[in-house]
Amino acid sequence: MNKLVLTEEETMLADMARGFLDGAAPVSKFREMRDAGQTFDRALWKEMADMGWAGVLVPEDAGGSDMGFAAANVIAQEMGKTLAVSPFLSSAVIAATALRQVSDARASDALAKIASGEATYALAVDEGIKFDPEGTAMEAKADGNGFRLNGKKQFVVDGALADRLLVLARTESGLTLFDIPADRAGIQRDASNMIDARDAARITFDDVEATGDDVLGSVDRAMDVLKPALQAGQAALAAEMSGLSAGAFAMTVDYLKERKQFGVEIGRFQALQHRAAHLWCEIEVTASAILNAGRMLDNDPENAELAVSLAKARATDTAKLSVIEGVQMHGGIGMTDAFDMGFYMKRARVGAEWLGDYSYHAEKIAAARGF
Amino acid sequence: MTVNPTEEFRAQLRDWLQENCPQEMRDGGLAENAICWGGKNWVFTSDAQKQWLERCAAKGYTVPTWPVEYGGAGLTRDQEKIFHEEMGAINARSPLQSFGIWMLGPALLHFGSHEQKLHYLPPIARGEVRWCQGYSEPGAGSDLANVQTKGEDKGDHWLVNGQKIWTSYADQADWIFALVRTDKDAPKHKGISFLLCDMEQAGVETRPIKMISGISPFCETFFTDAVIPKEQIVGTENRGWDVAKYLLTHEREMISGGGAGLSGGGRALGAVISDTMEEMDATLRADAMRCEIDALSIGLTLERYKDQAEAGQGAGDASAMLKYMGTELNKQRHELMMSAGGSDALEWDGPLGNRAGDWLRTKANSIEGGTSEVMLSIVSRRVLGLPA
Repeated sequence: MNKLVLTEEETMLADMARGFLDGAAPVSKFREMRDAGQTFDRALWKEMADMGWAGVLVPEDAGGSDMGFAAANVIAQEMGKTLAVSPFLSSAVIAATALRQVSDARASDALAKIASGEATYALAVDEGIKFDPEGTAMEAKADGNGFRLNGKKQFVVDGALADRLLVLARTESGLTLFDIPADRAGIQRDASNMIDARDAARITFDDVEATGDDVLGSVDRAMDVLKPALQAGQAALAAEMSGLSAGAFAMTVDYLKERKQFGVEIGRFQALQHRAAHLWCEIEVTASAILNAGRMLDNDPENAELAVSLAKARATDTAKLSVIEGVQMHGGIGMTDAFDMGFYMKRARVGAEWLGDYSYHAEKIAAARGF
Repeated sequence: MTVNPTEEFRAQLRDWLQENCPQEMRDGGLAENAICWGGKNWVFTSDAQKQWLERCAAKGYTVPTWPVEYGGAGLTRDQEKIFHEEMGAINARSPLQSFGIWMLGPALLHFGSHEQKLHYLPPIARGEVRWCQGYSEPGAGSDLANVQTKGEDKGDHWLVNGQKIWTSYADQADWIFALVRTDKDAPKHKGISFLLCDMEQAGVETRPIKMISGISPFCETFFTDAVIPKEQIVGTENRGWDVAKYLLTHEREMISGGGAGLSGGGRALGAVISDTMEEMDATLRADAMRCEIDALSIGLTLERYKDQAEAGQGAGDASAMLKYMGTELNKQRHELMMSAGGSDALEWDGPLGNRAGDWLRTKANSIEGGTSEVMLSIVSRRVLGLPA
């Protein structure tokens, strides 16, 4: 049965993650990175790998900790609270899940490299302003025994610094997923100047050569491999956004308790109390959708689509409310760069778009529910 | 090969339902008059309804999680989930609903003596005695502990005088559970007792209140020198507020469960709308999608809280959240059902039956059982710890 409570192991994992992140990756650390123009901290990622996080979805025989999707969500959620920066979603969740669908020595070797923190990945899917994998136009034209890749990708999260790229391209009668090193000839990466100060890139593929060995899964059948990976990524991103909501909310409630106006704490005003309470209700309800998505991915992945889209849609909406209310209730100070709330607002907006926005997932839910 | 005990239960239950659930009872029972409330005055709307109640009661399926000795089936939480899934799978109507099941039962199971449980619970489970709730009083509103109805200690009984309001279905109920002030000198919350009262006695009168929905589910109930024997107290004298609070938690969860759209087979709002509308306009469709996302998530939260309760982590004040979110959603859902029905929905007993009445009824959802504003205040003070 899918019990919607954290197991003892998951609770311990959450406590451990919180303790580590509060020390090693607090929001102040993110601010330092932002100010230094740094979008990736390899040493921090190595520490996370040493704790088993990079291998959370990597089988034990490939050196992973194989804790499952619900556990990955727990880690992502804690990362969201402190706005920790890491390639966790791209590498440990999305790439690892894709590689797991393929059982050959090459995939196993790649998984081992993810688990050890040695290799990071980015997923190159988006070509337009909206997430639409099925609409992929980038061409991978058959050429002898291999392919030639031509086209452009944008909003490739973690794409400027990743060691490897998972690239979705159109082949003769379908879509094919390629796993190629990011420094292959013909690949040009331009780092995007993102509002959330994290790594993302626009990438141009100019006659990039790929062999049959670079194909992940089967030619023309990318979705066999990519769909589970996308779902895992969407669920973990939802979890990260729910952590983000909780982090922003905690700041707001603290502020309501200490900030005084008209001689009293503003948290005494019923107008603000009720808005804070409503926000808490939304966060609490979204937490259920996140937990459910993790359970479904672990126990019934074939039927997890509805649960995953529900989690991503709810988390997107809740994070939006959380940061809007966070800024509003902090007043003018909430609008300043010196204050952290803006970081939460920008991260929430990027998360809203990545891997499908609210409308994208609402449509999936409507389809699954028969209308 | 080992057989998963829960799956074995599912198989048995499925067989039993196939054999015992009459075909007429497999429509979800969406209309107000499809609900079987039971009680001495109950008139069955069909033989199938009677048969369905009797068969379920014999198995303990009217109150599946209650202990067997009190009329239940003693199901575990996992089995209960399966029970609801399998009932939903054939769109079976609930065999019996009542305040006895939702409210008094849980309170008695927690606070009642063994004798009280044996005496009161099985008739509730069999649908023989129908209960109503005597909490609210005129002028009290959400200030629920402001109880003026007083009980004078006469040795072996209390002599009760006062008035209750919003006593749902009191005109059809056999018994009432009521909050009565038994110590006028004690602090507000400390002088109240939780008493059980037979309504077929001198000194208890009830009068329906006609509502905007055209029906009269609510009543006023008057006590004039009504006699309530001492053994009809639940819990400790003057500590009835503890019982009341416990019961309110169940009421909140019950109301929110309805709001989550899990009743009636759990069909999606968009699918229900599609039944009567060939093409939904974009705004209505978007609203229905949002409603669906919220309904599914609130439903999962209800499940999560039940799982937490089973794991020994009570929801406590967080149940105020379920009540608030569930009832607000239910109001939205019915607003959308009205939009989808267009002018057909505007007639009493028109082509869409009682859709307008149902819509109007939902307006009380965020008032009864504590208003939405009271729920938000509970969350902000007790969960978030904001200053009062």
